Amino acid sequence: MNTIALPSHADFVLKIWHYMFLIICGFVFLFLIAPILVVIPLSFNAEPYFTFNENMLALKPEAYSTRWYEDFWSKEIWRSSIGNSFLIAIASTILATSLGTLGALGLSRPEMPYKGLVMGLLISPMIVPLIITAAGIFFFYSSISNWIPLTGTYLGVIVAHTVLGLPFVVITVTATLSGFDHSLTRAGAMLGADPTTVFFKIIMPLILPGVISGALFAFVTSFDEVVVVLFVASVEQQTIPRQMWAGIRESISPTILAVATILICISIMLLATVELLRRRSERLRGLAPG
Amino acid sequence: MTDAATATTSTEVLTTVDGRPLKEALVAAERAKRIRAVLLVTPLMVFLFFTFLYPIGLMLFRSVENPLIATTMPKTVAALEQWDGKDVPGEDAFAAVAADLIKARKEKTIGKVATRLNFETSGLRSVITGTARKAKRMKAPFKDKLIAAKAQWGELETWATIKRLSPKYVWNNYLAAVDRRVSPEGDVIMADENRQIYVTLFKRTLWMSLIVTVSCLILGYPVAYLLASLPLRYSNLLMILVLLPFWTSLLVRTTSWIVLLQTQGVLNDIMVWIGLIDDAQRIQLIFNAQGTVIAMTQILLPFMVLPLYSVMKTIPPSYMRAAESLGAHRFLAYYRVYLPQTLPGIGAGCLLVFILAIGYYITPALVGGQDGQMISNLIAFHMQKSLNWGLAAALGGILLAGVVVLYWLYNKIVGVDRLKLG
Repeated sequence: MNTIALPSHADFVLKIWHYMFLIICGFVFLFLIAPILVVIPLSFNAEPYFTFNENMLALKPEAYSTRWYEDFWSKEIWRSSIGNSFLIAIASTILATSLGTLGALGLSRPEMPYKGLVMGLLISPMIVPLIITAAGIFFFYSSISNWIPLTGTYLGVIVAHTVLGLPFVVITVTATLSGFDHSLTRAGAMLGADPTTVFFKIIMPLILPGVISGALFAFVTSFDEVVVVLFVASVEQQTIPRQMWAGIRESISPTILAVATILICISIMLLATVELLRRRSERLRGLAPG
Repeated sequence: MTDAATATTSTEVLTTVDGRPLKEALVAAERAKRIRAVLLVTPLMVFLFFTFLYPIGLMLFRSVENPLIATTMPKTVAALEQWDGKDVPGEDAFAAVAADLIKARKEKTIGKVATRLNFETSGLRSVITGTARKAKRMKAPFKDKLIAAKAQWGELETWATIKRLSPKYVWNNYLAAVDRRVSPEGDVIMADENRQIYVTLFKRTLWMSLIVTVSCLILGYPVAYLLASLPLRYSNLLMILVLLPFWTSLLVRTTSWIVLLQTQGVLNDIMVWIGLIDDAQRIQLIFNAQGTVIAMTQILLPFMVLPLYSVMKTIPPSYMRAAESLGAHRFLAYYRVYLPQTLPGIGAGCLLVFILAIGYYITPALVGGQDGQMISNLIAFHMQKSLNWGLAAALGGILLAGVVVLYWLYNKIVGVDRLKLG
């Protein structure tokens, strides 16, 4: 069912319009993707400039080098940032995914009271400007610093990132549960399974794609977050985005492009995983053909 | 006999196997289910309350809370309680100020007092610190000596400022956030010309967000239409081009735009190379408002395309064919048949992009230069640099109010449960 193809009775104006439309779409796709892709070849530039020189365009091997990657890897601050980023992102993902999945299970039950209001509150960390969330958490952490020191600790950053990741888990898991057949759990219970068994043997395998995509969203949210880190973390919890932020503000060095390329590769892998999961889940629920 | 049997069963209450009335058992079962649902959500709500809702409440509280003057200058506050504000107060107020300042200097809180008063009326910082230094050697009566030390003590404005900041809760931060202040006579007036920055900044934030939203709509609509009309195997491939930016780090995308748009960057190079501009006249495309708008449009475009796509996907192509076979030209059919059906998607996309745009911080901070800064950047400035937390909280409060209204509208029109991610 290709509605883009021109009808046989298309007049001249329509033909022009049709090709213009395709060209416009092409430009928009270019606008979306070019800024990301242009960084990749430039990160292999042998010279410390941010533009393509003639030698690079002529594809001369001496114009390319991996020196910025070596520079990246040789610097202690970048290596520790990577470690911190992964540690914080994984911990907050686990927290957000477990809390969010439980919540989504409750929310998608038809008996849940005040569903709209609760859902609206749960999504709000995604909507409220980050600077406000960060400022609020900063005030909160300093107000309780006598009892629980959270400012400048890993726990503080992890908890804050969990808040930001939660909406994504709630959204993806409730979306998966929207097509969920509740008679399956009743059937399981009737056949003698206790609620825990029902959860792990019946519900979990069915909603797993949604849970995993939610987890990946939460991961990427934390992995990419810089505002909260700026407000509540200390130098000890330096993450990659925080380090990039400092690098861009001072003087943008080609090492940043190398880091950016690495991050793009990670994004591509995450996106591919989520897309595969989504298609699998849609196929299982019979929402999409093949 | 049969009649009597039916009569008895109909008046008898239906019961479960263990003898409870059926109605009661049903209510109990439903209550148990509801409790189970609420229990599942409870940990999440408790977590969210402590780490999100309460902190934001705390921030809003900061915007009106004002304990500093009342606790560090208690004698002055007490002395000014009965002051009518018409004339410079009497000796008792001067004596109280001298005593309070000496004490504050000893306790090292004088800097805070000076800064707080200076936020309200500029110039008071040196008055407070200077007086505090000299007050130790002064002897009663203080009035003339204080005025001799700092002439501002003879002015109404100084005393009015202290009196205004005496209460534990004040609205001054909100007044300051909309470029207003209280005159010595107690009226709300415009702030001095060179301090009127916030209203302009709010307007600019709204204006830039509007431009970003409209650009996203103009760019996103054709793409969403293409994606919705192509067969699934092609549209899935093209969809990756929309989703990849969505998944790529914000900082990476901002870096890319710097690399592309700076004067020695890729785009300027290309334009010089094809002879569009001269090497000497490279265009400043970034580190200004324009750069912010370009980068933000690209960053927020997926949030426009996705809701549009999901709405367009549900429009049967037969409607357009029907319109055309009934004699409408394709353009008319688009305008009269297709476009109205996509309005929910347009609404959803525009609201979402606008809500996300007005709170943007990272991109304007990195590529905004001077005239591309938005309200979030100023909040960050007052949080981290000027340390005027009250004003930062008030600016945040106003921004939050705007976002909440828009979010409520979004929920009303679109419904948060329809929010989709890819």
